[in-house]
Amino acid sequence: MAHGPAKGFTRWLYTTNHKDIGSMYLWFSFAMFFLGGFFALVIRAELFQPGLQIVEPNFFNQMTTMHGLVMVFGAVMPAFVGLANWMVPMMIGAPDMALPRMNNWSFWILPFAFAMLASTLFMEGGAPNFGWTFYAPLSTTYAPASVTFFIFAVHIMGASSIMGAINIIATILNMRAPGMTLMKMPLFVWTWLITAYLLIAVMPVLAGVVTMMLMDIHFGTSFFDAAGGGDPVLFQHVFWFFGHPEVYIMILPAFGVVSAIIPTFARKPLFGYSSMVYATASIAFLSFIVWAHHMFTVGMPLFGELVFMYATMLIAIPTGVKVFNWVTTMFKGSMTFETPMLFSIAFVILFTIGGFSGLMLAIAPADFQYHDTYFVVAHFHYVLVPGAIFSITAAVYYWLPKWSGNMYDETMGKAHFWLAFIGLNVTFFPMHFSGLAGMPRRIPDYNPLWADWNMISSVGAFLFGAAQLLFLFIVIRTIIGGKKATAEVWEGSHGLEWTVPSPAPYHTFSTPPEVK
Amino acid sequence: MEQKQEFETYYVPEQSKLPIFASLGLFLTVFGLGNWLNEMSAEKEGSGVTVFLLGFVVLAAVLFTWFSKAIDENIKGLNSVQLKRSYVWGMGWFIFSEVMFFAAFFGALWYLRNISLPHLGEGPTSELLWNDFKADWPLMTTPDMALNGEAAAITGPEATMGNPGFSKWLTWLPFINTAILISSSVTVHWAHTALKKDNKKAFNFWLGFTVLLGFIFLCVQVYEYKHAYTDLGLTLNAGVYGTTFFMLTGFHGLHVTMGTFMLFVQWLRSVTKGHFSHSDCFGFEASSWYWHFVDVVWVGLFIFVYILG
Ligand code: HEM
Ligand SMILES: [Cu+2]
Repeated sequence: MAHGPAKGFTRWLYTTNHKDIGSMYLWFSFAMFFLGGFFALVIRAELFQPGLQIVEPNFFNQMTTMHGLVMVFGAVMPAFVGLANWMVPMMIGAPDMALPRMNNWSFWILPFAFAMLASTLFMEGGAPNFGWTFYAPLSTTYAPASVTFFIFAVHIMGASSIMGAINIIATILNMRAPGMTLMKMPLFVWTWLITAYLLIAVMPVLAGVVTMMLMDIHFGTSFFDAAGGGDPVLFQHVFWFFGHPEVYIMILPAFGVVSAIIPTFARKPLFGYSSMVYATASIAFLSFIVWAHHMFTVGMPLFGELVFMYATMLIAIPTGVKVFNWVTTMFKGSMTFETPMLFSIAFVILFTIGGFSGLMLAIAPADFQYHDTYFVVAHFHYVLVPGAIFSITAAVYYWLPKWSGNMYDETMGKAHFWLAFIGLNVTFFPMHFSGLAGMPRRIPDYNPLWADWNMISSVGAFLFGAAQLLFLFIVIRTIIGGKKATAEVWEGSHGLEWTVPSPAPYHTFSTPPEVK
Repeated sequence: MEQKQEFETYYVPEQSKLPIFASLGLFLTVFGLGNWLNEMSAEKEGSGVTVFLLGFVVLAAVLFTWFSKAIDENIKGLNSVQLKRSYVWGMGWFIFSEVMFFAAFFGALWYLRNISLPHLGEGPTSELLWNDFKADWPLMTTPDMALNGEAAAITGPEATMGNPGFSKWLTWLPFINTAILISSSVTVHWAHTALKKDNKKAFNFWLGFTVLLGFIFLCVQVYEYKHAYTDLGLTLNAGVYGTTFFMLTGFHGLHVTMGTFMLFVQWLRSVTKGHFSHSDCFGFEASSWYWHFVDVVWVGLFIFVYILG
């Protein structure tokens, strides 16, 4: 029993093993990625042409809302937690996560939470239709009854995130092998340490804001109701105090992944390791003092606009440090371009584009034009799709041989990369133009003026979707069979995870390795 | 226990049914609660409350088993020093998450008092939208009432939870409650010092005394709420003053309830089972940190909700 996994289905229900739990997180996230992707394709199908063709406006709003929620909380966040589960103990030479049973609890809350959230689609009055940012009073006074279940789903997935984050912090701070000092930790471990801190700091604030909604809806309080002396703008402040750190929760681990992959395929150590650590910490700190850049147009004193504008622009500095470090790592390296590397290089380039559009949005006076247009949609999709999603994909190709013991098919991997790369740019690049031309976000029908851009976007979206089906196929095929992987897997790999055989034994580092 | 040999340095528990049932219990609890609330708001009958209670029982039973198991493992000596440190980190960061939860509500109070209300009570907003509504704090006449030409029957600090003036503090319930709660932080500390000297008798006494103080605090709070609802007309739906007053003190009260319960369990463990010694007392220590945290939050409440309220 103690040496290998238990037999049968209950292995997954009762497990306390970080690798099992990591796999469950990753598969769950993959499933949510397809669910959220399906919602996205409904949106893109409706927007293929001006006019209302496929869905009712109210259902369209439910689709945008569910798409955002499922992608953020169901696809991106659990994927990174899954990667942390698999890799953090192996990277620091620990036998498992610090609190293995709580680890399994963190995971198993999620299927329940998302089942409850998804079930709102079939409820009377429909699913939440107020956007993933659920601004009051749309989400309170004018919300469908299902909002109550949305609120509780957020509560329990928040509990899951907090427990997961506590576990990761305890693991990193307490379970490192002898000699693994903080400044020797791989960057993925560092970025997760800081991400976990962000999670513990802001998930309770999210819980707070949905609790306020719950009270306003069912118990007659007036947090967000001016008639009782409250203020809908208060909602936005509390939400974005959570919301901006949240976007860094979705990108900091991605920085860690890319910082692991680029040195391997450039066959050079990471350039500026310690500056990466400090840059990550500065980004985390700054992420707490920029939230109102999402609220430039709701009405704020001029002083507030300026403070939040400058603070936001400051983030570009540590972010720039990172981008330059990745580029310098590649400079004069003996580079090869296996699939994980391709995704990582695309990450660096396309994430930088998203960063630049972020800077444009951060210019308060300009944001009056951009706000709530497709330009914003283009911005955050450039940071989230080639940012978070590409890094997760890169991580899967990079570590899948370690997890499964088999190599994926390189040709197919490359095909996946190019399809995804082209699909994503065809989808999201035109949104910059439709946005600058004034197309508002979250509308099911639009002025024919924007018809061409939208048609291109929709075609790209279906291409991107198809590419992900190929990804699913590649992953399953690799797990079933394929060329056997060596322990090192990659020629230039370095780090503790490559010192154990592939596939990694069920228990690794039962006795801690010595780190020099 | 063959795992014990394999992981000499860190105890990785065998498979466990606890997490999946805990998830089920949690799900039933919130799903039932959601249905119940929706049924109440729609004035319908339904099964929400039953599901809620069922879920709560499942969750409570699982958590009880879970904690018992963790205690058992500790007694059997499975927990290494390192594992115990993981528990310490866990509790510490959990308390930090609670701090942030309260921060959201304190922030909301600050924003409503200093930004929203002044704005509602001045200029065209007040004149054109809210029939010359004037913003004062504690807010008893809401914008809505101003619009309908109504005014609150009772205003002023005597009639709210606000500060009655320093000379009257000794009979001011919130002040008395502050004294009670701060004393309880001291007594729990005395319990701790007694335990460090392995003086179990004093430990049991001071810990029990702390639980009693927590209980008295809660009774006073219940009395105060009743007074607010029946005599002052200060309710949850009486505008933002009632909203923030009840939500902040209410969540704090829930945490005091939790904390009292936790300390009470530790007391039972010590009295009936003889648990805890100077070197092995994490359950007690964690509960006492939680208690100090609850106490600090109260000081914040006392200042921002009561004295300045
Ligand atoms: C240089 C760094 C960045 C800057 C300066 C920046 C700036 C901004 C600004 C000013 C907005 C508000 C635009 C508006 O609504 O008018 C915005 C929106 C957004 N950003 Fe960024 N951003 C940056 C990086 C990121 C990253 C790394 C992510 C996520 C991985 C991200 C995700 C988002 C999202 C999701 C929204 C839209 C939220 C919504 O309204 O639904 N941003 N960004
Ligand atoms: Cu932001």
